[in-house]
Amino acid sequence: MSTLEVKSVTKVYNVRGAGQLKALDDVSFTLTSGRTIGLVGQSGSGKSTIAKILTQLETPTSGEVLLDGTPIPRRGRGLRTYRQQLRMVFQDPFASLNPYHSIRYHLERPLRLDAVVPKSETEAEVRRLLERVRLVPDAVIDRRPHELSGGQRQRVAIARALASRPKILVADEPVSMLDVSIRLGVLNLLADLQREEGLGVLYITHDLATARHFSDEIMVLNQGRIVEHGPADDVILRPQDPYTQELRAASPDPERFFADTRGGAR
Amino acid sequence: MTAVEPQMPTTDERSPVDAVEVGTTATKVVAGRSRIPWRFLGGRAAFYIFTLWAALTINFFLPRMMKGDAVSQYLSRNRNVSPEAADALRSLLGLDTDKTLFQQYLDYWALLLRGDLGVSLLHGLRPVTEVVSQALPWTIGLVGFATIVSFAIGTIGGAVIGWRRGSRLEALIPITTFLSTIPYFWLGLLAIAVFSVNLGWFPIGKAYGVGMVPGWNLEFIGQVIVHGTLPAATIVIASLGGWMLGMRNMMLTVLDEDYITVAQAKGMPNQRVLWRYAARNAVLPQIQSFALSIGFIVGGTIVMEMVFSYPGVGKLLLDATNAKDYALMQGVFLVITLSVLVANILADIAYAFLDPRTRQTEA
Amino acid sequence: MPDPLLTVRDFSVVYDVDPPVAAVKNVTLELQRGEILGLAGESGCGKTTLAYGVQRLLKAPAVITSGSVTFHDAEGDDIDVSALGAEQMRRFRWDKISMVFQGAMNALNPVATIGAQLEDVFEVHRPGMSRKQRREAVAELLEIVKVGAQRARSFPHELSGGMRQRVMIAMALALRPQLMVMDEPTTALDVLVQREILRQISQLREEFGFSVIFITHDLPLLLEISDRIAIMREGEIVEIDTAERIWNAPQDEYTKTLLSSFPRLTGEKGVVVR
Repeated sequence: MSTLEVKSVTKVYNVRGAGQLKALDDVSFTLTSGRTIGLVGQSGSGKSTIAKILTQLETPTSGEVLLDGTPIPRRGRGLRTYRQQLRMVFQDPFASLNPYHSIRYHLERPLRLDAVVPKSETEAEVRRLLERVRLVPDAVIDRRPHELSGGQRQRVAIARALASRPKILVADEPVSMLDVSIRLGVLNLLADLQREEGLGVLYITHDLATARHFSDEIMVLNQGRIVEHGPADDVILRPQDPYTQELRAASPDPERFFADTRGGAR
Repeated sequence: MTAVEPQMPTTDERSPVDAVEVGTTATKVVAGRSRIPWRFLGGRAAFYIFTLWAALTINFFLPRMMKGDAVSQYLSRNRNVSPEAADALRSLLGLDTDKTLFQQYLDYWALLLRGDLGVSLLHGLRPVTEVVSQALPWTIGLVGFATIVSFAIGTIGGAVIGWRRGSRLEALIPITTFLSTIPYFWLGLLAIAVFSVNLGWFPIGKAYGVGMVPGWNLEFIGQVIVHGTLPAATIVIASLGGWMLGMRNMMLTVLDEDYITVAQAKGMPNQRVLWRYAARNAVLPQIQSFALSIGFIVGGTIVMEMVFSYPGVGKLLLDATNAKDYALMQGVFLVITLSVLVANILADIAYAFLDPRTRQTEA
Repeated sequence: MPDPLLTVRDFSVVYDVDPPVAAVKNVTLELQRGEILGLAGESGCGKTTLAYGVQRLLKAPAVITSGSVTFHDAEGDDIDVSALGAEQMRRFRWDKISMVFQGAMNALNPVATIGAQLEDVFEVHRPGMSRKQRREAVAELLEIVKVGAQRARSFPHELSGGMRQRVMIAMALALRPQLMVMDEPTTALDVLVQREILRQISQLREEFGFSVIFITHDLPLLLEISDRIAIMREGEIVEIDTAERIWNAPQDEYTKTLLSSFPRLTGEKGVVVR
């Protein structure tokens, strides 16, 4: 059972010549194992900044982030350990894998660096990871990224994230660059893995529909502030905040559209 | 969409959210905004002033790092220099050691700001400024002209070749690049041998006929043109390849861009797409190269001046170095440094005007 | 009463590479006047190739191997697009059919102002207009798309993504064409900006009466704005029907698969097993 607590995190950037930019303003939430939180925001809302802070690529201007009660270390062994426990899956399956290395290399590396399993078991563990993400190990293990499809690459990225046996997974738009028909497959994979490994997942996206289906809770981010936070269905079906209401009204919803038009004129 | 576009909060109100404004990152357009990017240029100007100071300071140290005392060498050859003159010379060259280095540095700046660059030992104690300013116009005139011509032909040619990809014009690229690999002195000597000696069309060297007095008359100008044709032509031939290749490659990159497809979809005639859409974008890096090459005009043409005995700055520098005429060397270095700086400034200004995107970046 | 604007018959495009790729296979399609036709499919299905192909905008190695494209001009003639000469094609472009491109990030000339890029459409296609008339026409266009006439002196990089897209729409509208082909015009935009732009497109369509071919992979979006939708897969149209019938009674297996790939915003859950 792991808990990630984000407490009143604010992030201010100083933009030369344009004053200050508040990317995050007093953001707080708690993520526990076995739960998925959907973080919904449009571009410029600050959702990428949260991902950067959680992965320690940026530090908050104020506020803190605690994993299991301890603040994230800034450096040293503590940081290393933290990074094993919180992993990220990125949006672009093309850019997140090194084109020069084989899939085996991509998965061996975190296993070696984090000493997850004894050296003799590395190969077996690589295969096991590939099977967990529903890839056939022999078909991909010696290939290079460009020989794989987008969906396969993203699965490899997920396998890589799982290599160090993390407790928290941050998925930043994991399916938005994939072909439409395979998106649900990857999301279902993430849901399965979460159940089996007891992960806490932060699902960052701009798409309300997938957020609703994939998450237990949803947070809506607008210009750095959380304007709404609640159970997924409540936020999407009965939004309280005007911004959330606008987002919902603007998102394509053929179900409601055709139900409406059946009753009234187009 | 993970790219964070900075959202500048325009007001402190949180709602209502204007759907049209969300996602707007444009800087506000002020009516009648000046086209001149003052802020950008101001930043660059500060940088250049600093560079100038640094260059002049290095210039100060240069002769002091060289071995040998030029003045005593000179005196050993010319006995009829008074001790006072010798002292003054040492002072000018900063070789008098009974002053502190800092004092010498201040003296140096005092002299510089007065426009006094010392006297040239090689040229009969004439002021360095006089000697250099006599040679400078020849270098700038000839080489500057040749560089501009080469740039113009190369860029326009490169644009056309890039546009007509796969046509027979492409052969010009390997031809011109081959010509630019020929060692310049050989090209020059060859030109002299063929056109001056054998065909007698052009004189062998020098800027104007022997015995002619420089003046603004038709005869003199005519001589200058005739004497300058071969040097200019050889410079153009030697440097054309680079311009053409660079422009052509840039054109190919630009032609792959979406806005070219859009322009063609809009039904723009080919000429318009070529010049106003493609070439106009492709020429930007060329301008940078051009500006840098202008900077090197002043110092880089020594071979041409030797081959054609052209009375330019390069030859001046060579002679001065051989004779250890430190004052003259220092003067020429100064001129070279200044011209490179000026060229860079001009390049920055030109680029800021030509590429509207640079006006937004910090200096 | 059918009133066709564009008739595409047996149209095929092959990419002449090794091995050759059949991008569009014998597509037949009739677009009605004033209709919004959605062209849906995943990447590589041929929808963009088809749209570019009927305007003869394809570049090598794409080759049109068969088919005819006939434009039924409102002025009465039937124009055989494939038979037009280069100069005729150039004049046909933008005047009869215009295009709104995807990713307006790079679709505008970075070194020219918005105004200049809008004006040159008039310069080239309406040589009779004076400078003042052109400026006024550009100002009017910018107002119609709600970018604002004062933006004429701005450069593309000074505008946000949404505004650039609206400038593209203004540009496509300039000569009051009869057909606008839109290739993923809102894909890179926020959902709020997207909705605003779609509203604008509908409004303009009401006002000016042009037809639209709207290409995207976002099927729910198409269902809300299109009159008819054509589902494409591997170069062929597998189903083409009204939006309502596609939603309520899809016939083809692939259509059903595609529909089920989009989780319902407000409908039943269960696509992701939690």
